[in-house]
Amino acid sequence: MCNSKIRCFLFGAIIMLLFVSIKTQAQNLENGKKIYQTKCLVCHQSDGGGVPNMNAPLDGASNVVGNDIARLVKIIKNGFNERVELDGIYYSNSMTANPDLTPAQISDVLSYIRTSWSNKATKVTTVQVQQAIKGNQKTSAK
Amino acid sequence: MKKGIYLLLLSISIQFLANAQDNAGLTLPTGFKANLFAENIGSARHIAISKNGVVFAKLNRADKQGRTIIRLADENKDGVSDNITGWANYGGTGIYLTGNALYASSNEAVFKYELDSKDEVVNPLSPITVVSGLISRRQHESKSITFDKANNIYVNIGAYSNACQEKDRTPGGKGMMPCPILDSAGGIWKFDANKENQTYGDGKRYATGLRNVIGLDWNPQANKLYVAQHGRDQLNTFFPSLYTDAQNAELPAETFYEINEGDNAGWPYVYYDNFQHKKIVSPEYGGDGKKEGASDIKNPAVAFPAHMAPMGVLFYTGNQFPAKYKNGAFITFHGSWNRAPLPQEGFFVAFVPFKNGKATGEWEIFANGFAGTIDGAKITSTRSAKARPCGLAQGPDGSIYVSDDTKGSIFKISYQK
Ligand code: HEC
Repeated sequence: MCNSKIRCFLFGAIIMLLFVSIKTQAQNLENGKKIYQTKCLVCHQSDGGGVPNMNAPLDGASNVVGNDIARLVKIIKNGFNERVELDGIYYSNSMTANPDLTPAQISDVLSYIRTSWSNKATKVTTVQVQQAIKGNQKTSAK
Repeated sequence: MKKGIYLLLLSISIQFLANAQDNAGLTLPTGFKANLFAENIGSARHIAISKNGVVFAKLNRADKQGRTIIRLADENKDGVSDNITGWANYGGTGIYLTGNALYASSNEAVFKYELDSKDEVVNPLSPITVVSGLISRRQHESKSITFDKANNIYVNIGAYSNACQEKDRTPGGKGMMPCPILDSAGGIWKFDANKENQTYGDGKRYATGLRNVIGLDWNPQANKLYVAQHGRDQLNTFFPSLYTDAQNAELPAETFYEINEGDNAGWPYVYYDNFQHKKIVSPEYGGDGKKEGASDIKNPAVAFPAHMAPMGVLFYTGNQFPAKYKNGAFITFHGSWNRAPLPQEGFFVAFVPFKNGKATGEWEIFANGFAGTIDGAKITSTRSAKARPCGLAQGPDGSIYVSDDTKGSIFKISYQK
């Protein structure tokens, strides 16, 4: 199967990398779940269903599985307290800000909510979150 | 194929029979029966019933036809509404009927309609504005209403905050001192129902220190206002070093007060602890779970388990139910969310016995099963409750009606000797 040393090495390295990345991805989701349980679950509930008319659902929410990562990052960092319709319904509670969450933690919790329950969106990387924070700072400075 | 259809029909009819027999899914004391007076009418908040038995329901959001006050008549008198109409285009919670005047509230105002002798609305498009300009900042925005015997209207103005922190719902955040919200919210305001176009300056702050009241009613025997408060949330998530998840699930109590003019129930500075039977200083104001608050703060007449969310209060004056219910209070509980990660509680109607106009301090579950779980299973996520009890009203024959604001059922509960 591996008939030269180099080939053998490369093959092994690829397998290793694959394992490492699967493992870190699982760790990221595990970490995202922990953050969710301590900081989000009380309002958004264990099944992401939210509370009717009060706390928006994350399960099945078009914004949560959508492509506007910058908006999601902003909501998690700054909290959310606006009279806006989300998938046709207004919610009355005010969401807590999370100024202390690092970009890595935000990407973990976003990845968790985008891939849990019935949600099947892409995960979010730390780099995406860092870019979003930079972009959000620029737009709010304007 | 044919077999399949028969089986389907059979199962539908069994389902139907079961529904008819099993009290619309509710568990009730012996001798009581329940049926669905209406289904799927929308986000039915409070309800009012005319002396002819016509039910009026206030919707929180417009239904598919764009209506927010629904009139439900049972013309063939079989206990199920058969003529449903409606009007108005503003969402809200409050509705109250006195004589031929029907009052309804949006989240900012109270309007008055006139009904004719057949309980049809005379001025659906041109109600009189009784009160307007009330504070509505998303959180606790429902303006519930009730009346005394002198045509004064009592309006709840909920606090747009959890515990008056400098920044609402912030871990460890300090409470504002004094809490500026109390000037225009967090209490009950009294207005003269005969006057038009009133706002804060025309009314009077009748009671303060009430975070959010949705259920309120006049106790005719004591001739006093009674209100049920939604206690504060999230002791554990904001003060994890002082409160565990299990403690937060049981603290603070939901409280039911007899109100005299000028009373102060203590929000946001204290909350009521139903285990220590004390008013405890809120952690936002330096409390540690033990320190007691000021002694001039009102004590509740009855305290209930935490976070169950009392939505409607009704003093029972009918003659249909057994004698023990007369002049006692029914209270609907919407069901909790803030007990998570522990299972949720509530989703029932409670009965609070009264003697000579005073609560005995006891309470019991009167009607249960609204959540629709099987074999007493607990709700873990609030949205999975099939129905959440909200409005309460008494019909002319002494039956009581309970509304549900998730899908819009109205349950009619009667007693047969
Ligand atoms: C105090 C209750 C509360 C907590 C805690 C909370 N949220 Fe929220 N969340 C809300 C409410 C209420 C809304 C809707 C706010 C509005 O309409 O202005 C919301 C909205 C959102 C949205 C936008 C949904 C959409 O459809 O656009 C996201 C995403 C979200 N929350 C994620 C989170 C995450 C992740 C956490 C934990 C880090 C969290 N929330 C913690 C109450 C909360």
